[in-house]
Amino acid sequence: MSDFFSTLLDELPQVGAGLWVTVQATVLGSLLALLLSFALGLAAGSRLLLVRGVSRTVVEFFRGTSLYIQLFWLYYAMPQLTGYELTPLLCGVVAFGLNYGAYGSEIVRGAINSVPRAQYEAAVALNMTPLHRMRKVIMPQAWVQMIPSFTNLLIQLLKCTPLLWLISAADFMTTIEHIRSLTGETLTAYLLLLAVYFVLAYTLTLLMNLLERSAKRRLGLHTGGRSLFRTRTAEAVTTAGGTR
Amino acid sequence: MNRTFDWDAAGDALPLLLEGFRVTLLATVLGTLVAAVLGLAVAVAGRAPSRFVTVPVKAVTEFVRATPLLVQLVGAAALFTSVEPLTIGIVVLGIHYAAYTSEVYRAGIDGVPKGQWEACRALSMSPRRTWQAVILPQAVRNVLPALGNYAISMFKETPFLAVITVHEMVFEARAYGADHFAYTEAFTLAGLVFLVASYPTSLLMRKLEKRLGH
Repeated sequence: MSDFFSTLLDELPQVGAGLWVTVQATVLGSLLALLLSFALGLAAGSRLLLVRGVSRTVVEFFRGTSLYIQLFWLYYAMPQLTGYELTPLLCGVVAFGLNYGAYGSEIVRGAINSVPRAQYEAAVALNMTPLHRMRKVIMPQAWVQMIPSFTNLLIQLLKCTPLLWLISAADFMTTIEHIRSLTGETLTAYLLLLAVYFVLAYTLTLLMNLLERSAKRRLGLHTGGRSLFRTRTAEAVTTAGGTR
Repeated sequence: MNRTFDWDAAGDALPLLLEGFRVTLLATVLGTLVAAVLGLAVAVAGRAPSRFVTVPVKAVTEFVRATPLLVQLVGAAALFTSVEPLTIGIVVLGIHYAAYTSEVYRAGIDGVPKGQWEACRALSMSPRRTWQAVILPQAVRNVLPALGNYAISMFKETPFLAVITVHEMVFEARAYGADHFAYTEAFTLAGLVFLVASYPTSLLMRKLEKRLGH
C-alpha cells in the first residue's frame, strides 16, 4: 500500500502528464464531436435528398462500426494503407470525435425536430431569414433540449479514453498501469483509477448542468439549485438520443 | 510502406474473424441476459421502502455507470486470475450495463399509472403478486426497445474483451494483422461485420419503438 503511494509520488510528473493527456483527449474529442454533431444533424434536416443521404450514410457508418475498430483502424491500418501516420493522441481525438459526432448528430436532429412547429411558423410570419430564424428562435430552444443528452455522450466519451492505453498514448490509465506493474498493488491501482475517472465524470456532469442552467435562464426558465448535482441517465437516451 | 487493399488476405482472414464472431455473439447474448435480469433486480430494489436499501443501491449504480468499462474489465481480470476471461467479460459487461438498464426499468415502472398500484392495494394483493402480475408485465413491455438498444451498444463494446484475452472477433483481427502484417484488411473486415450485424438490428428496434408507440 505505502509502496504504491511512494512510487506514485516518485512518478508524479508522469502521472500528471498522463492525466493531462486524458483531459486533452476528452476535451478535443468532444469538441470535434460537437462540431460534427451540428454539421451532420443540420444536414439531416436539409431539403436536399443528397445532403440528407450523405449525412445518414456517414452517421450510420460511424455508429455501426464500433469505436474500438475505428481507433485501431486509424492507428494500425491507416499508416499501412496511406503511409500517413497520426500521433496516438490524435488517433484518439479523431476516433472519439467521429464516433460520438455520429451519435451526437441524432441528438441535434431530434432536438431541432422537437421545437414546436408553431415557433417555426411564427418566425416565418415575422419575415425572419432562415439563418436568423435558426439562430434566434429554433436553436436556443433546441440547445436546452440537447444538453442533457450531450452530457451523457460526454461521460461516455470520457469512459472510452482509457482505450488510449492500447495504442500507447501515455494517458492516465497507462501511467497507473505502469506503477501497478512496478509495485504489484493491483487492487489499489484499479481502485485509484476508478475513483479518478469517477471524479472526472462527476466534474463534467456538474459543468454541463451549469451550462444547462444558463441556457434555460436565457429562455426565461429557472431551475432550482438541487438540479445541479443531478446525474443524467436513461431518460435522455430514450427521448432525444434515439436509437443507439 | 504504401500498399493497397489485399483481397487475398481479406479472404484469408474472414473465416478466422467469423470464428471470433461466435464468441462476440455469445458474450453479447449472455451479457445482455445478465444486464436484463440484474438491472430489473436493481430497479425493484431501488423502490424498496427502506433508505438503507435504496441509498447504497443508487450509489453503487452511479459509480458503476460513471467509471470506464475498460478499467472495470482489466481490474476484474487482474484480481480474479483463476476465473476464465470470457466469464469475467460476460459478468463485467452485464454489471456495467445493468447500471444503465436499471434506469430504463425505473422509467418503465414509473410509467405504470398510479391507478394500477391503487387497484392492487384495493384488491389486497401481496407485494410479490402486485409486481409479478400487474406492474412488471406493463413496465417491461414499455422498456423493450430501450433494452434492445443497450444490447446493440453492448455488442459494439465487446471488442473491449480482447484486452483481457477473450478470443472474440477483434482479438482475432489483431492477431491476424500482426502475423501477416495485414491490419488494414483485418480491421476493415471486422468493422464491416459489425456494421452488417448492427445496422439491421437497430432498424428493427426503431420499428419496434414505433409499434409500441414511443
